[in-house]
Amino acid sequence: MFGKDKALPTYDPATDTGGVADFLTTRLETMVSWARSNSLWPLPFATACCGIEFMSVVSSHYDLSRFGAEVVRFSPRQADLLIVAGTVTDKLAPVLRKIYDQMPEPKWVISMGVCASSGGFYRAYHVTQGIDEIIPVDVYVPGCPPTPEELMYGIFALQKKIVSGEKSRDSRSARAATGSASGVTAAPPGQPEHVS
Amino acid sequence: MTVAEVASLSPAAEKIRSQLSATPLSDRVEVRDLDLPTLEVSPADWPALARHLRDAPESRFDLFLDLGGVDNLKRPGAGTRFEAVVHLLALSRGEHLRVKVLLPDADQPALPSVADVWPAADWFEREAYDLFGFDFPGHPNLRRLLCHDAFVGHALRKDYAPGQRWFFSEADMRMPAWALEPEERGHFETQTLSVGPSHPATHGIIHLVARLDADKIIRAETQIGYLHRCFEKMAETHTWNQVIPFADRLNYVSAMINGVGYVKTVEKMLGVEVPERGVLVRTILSEFSRIMDHCVCIGANLVDIGALTNFWYLYQPREGIYGLLEACCGARLTVSYVRVGGLAIDVPEDFVARCRGLLESIPKFLDDVDRLVTNNRIVRHRLQGTGVVSKEQAIAWGMTGPMLRASGVPYDVRRARPYDFYDRFDWDVPVAQDGDNLARYLVRMEEMRQSLSIIRQALEIFPEKGPVNSSDWHVVLPPKDAVYHDMESLIYHFKLIMEGIRVPAGERYDWIEAANGELGFYAIATGAGGPYRLKVRPPCFPNMAAFEKIIIGGTVSDAVATLGTLNIIAGELDR
Repeated sequence: MFGKDKALPTYDPATDTGGVADFLTTRLETMVSWARSNSLWPLPFATACCGIEFMSVVSSHYDLSRFGAEVVRFSPRQADLLIVAGTVTDKLAPVLRKIYDQMPEPKWVISMGVCASSGGFYRAYHVTQGIDEIIPVDVYVPGCPPTPEELMYGIFALQKKIVSGEKSRDSRSARAATGSASGVTAAPPGQPEHVS
Repeated sequence: MTVAEVASLSPAAEKIRSQLSATPLSDRVEVRDLDLPTLEVSPADWPALARHLRDAPESRFDLFLDLGGVDNLKRPGAGTRFEAVVHLLALSRGEHLRVKVLLPDADQPALPSVADVWPAADWFEREAYDLFGFDFPGHPNLRRLLCHDAFVGHALRKDYAPGQRWFFSEADMRMPAWALEPEERGHFETQTLSVGPSHPATHGIIHLVARLDADKIIRAETQIGYLHRCFEKMAETHTWNQVIPFADRLNYVSAMINGVGYVKTVEKMLGVEVPERGVLVRTILSEFSRIMDHCVCIGANLVDIGALTNFWYLYQPREGIYGLLEACCGARLTVSYVRVGGLAIDVPEDFVARCRGLLESIPKFLDDVDRLVTNNRIVRHRLQGTGVVSKEQAIAWGMTGPMLRASGVPYDVRRARPYDFYDRFDWDVPVAQDGDNLARYLVRMEEMRQSLSIIRQALEIFPEKGPVNSSDWHVVLPPKDAVYHDMESLIYHFKLIMEGIRVPAGERYDWIEAANGELGFYAIATGAGGPYRLKVRPPCFPNMAAFEKIIIGGTVSDAVATLGTLNIIAGELDR
């Protein structure tokens, strides 16, 4: 751009415009959601095999920090993305609900693996048949366990959803959950619930 | 036959019969000769027999391996409806023994607790109470272990529907009674700390309730079952081959070893032989899985004590091994690669080259970790002298695997009863004497190197070509090509898929050395396509049962370091 014989332009602070454009137009929500989508702080609720695969995703080989979601927090108060990685049993279900309730808004949930999504192949007496019995879910990632690429794809899908402004409580599962009185679709105490 | 009668028994059973004949129990214990010497006893005589088996100098069955119930409701030709099946091990001789306590009362099955004879029996009895409703008079803390506290009924009874769930809410969650009372000690008020179920240091999901005096733990209780996903009930509702994916998800960190352990049990019931090449693939991938398991154990333990970097170092070998497994079967973690009678498919052409590549790369990572960690002053402070388990305690608490070997007992199934080709390889059983966290770390580091040596030797005798599967088409699916062109093969294929393998009626306990210790499968077949009962002997279950005793007197930070070296895998612990 500048030849050897040309003098470099001098810097005059009085005429500095600070770049080509010194303003941009956008809506506040768009800018905020853009920032949110690229700085997710996940809470790994890792119960089983999927948790081991989650470790792969945040390890050096797959390195989730390339996509702005590597600040793993184990306190629900500091997280905005709940990644439920693994089977949730009925014994654990109240714990999961409590952790979800403790997370500040805005918050999103990824259900990693088929166990969290639907109970997987555990059609059994102690296994919650999908965490959407208890909490609303934004993105379901299939697989047993999902490969790291699949989980990353799920996080990308969530980022798009955040940018679009859609809230987790608008999701289909959330609407289904609020349909019942307590927000929990399991049977009332003392009455058996038949699955399978 | 009773002990008093003389009949033709195998030498092992004959020895036990002659030992018993000198005791007052002689005419009240039946000796049978199944795959293992088996004693049948009534509940009333069980404590006396237990003491005899543990203490008599010629028997010395000092390690309590397993206790599980059996419900004979739908089993043709069985005697009493319920029986409790106990497996014991005489460490000095490496001999296994089965004791069946026959419970005559089908409405209120009960047998005396033997937790005072073998402390390891404590949690196993709670599990049998939970899943079968057996009462254990004399048990110190008999309440549900795996299922939640609002559960109704006993899930592994044959008349319990597999999908019958019960609603559980936060109001039903239970803390130990002692944890709710304030307690005074001197001028310090003690306080109760609840760690988990969701906590970064709990490795999966366990719940620790501890009472602290200043920063010393004076009482503790752990609660498990948060990942009880009903493996044993699921096994009863699937065919023999369909159980393999469930078995892989027991210890999901080293899934291959679980699958191998399970199919070996079934193959022994069937009398099927796997060709040499198939066995060697299983051995090689099992040893790689052992390395993966130890990598995660050590890496996660170091994260808990504040050394995050090593986790990344230790995770790189895992990614390499994942690549090998993915090339073999398409899955990284839960492989489902074994089948009864062989493997799902043959290994890829570059299998040996890939293995050799890993043998080149893994030692570098291990050396890096060795240099960073082993003599690191902080690591030494945290691990040395904490979480000490003496030799006698390790045996009494039923520990096996690296836990037992770090306490000075050189018991390794691969050496004590070599299966597959382990007797052909030249390798050492690493043993440490201190029994502390550092000893367990060192044993695991050395075991990884020994596994690499085993793989190297296995690759030397690995046949280039040859079948990996047995050619018994009653057990193994015929090749797809033959199924499409040959009527007979099509029929075999159809029968195997639709009905499952016909395993002859009988029972078998078989055991291998998993990454955490002795992994046993006790299977009962009735001739149908699936197991009638499948009991797992989970190696980390006794370790976890001892956790609340090991940490007494230490600080909470010691407890965190100890939990890491116990290597709790929730899938195997809770099943």
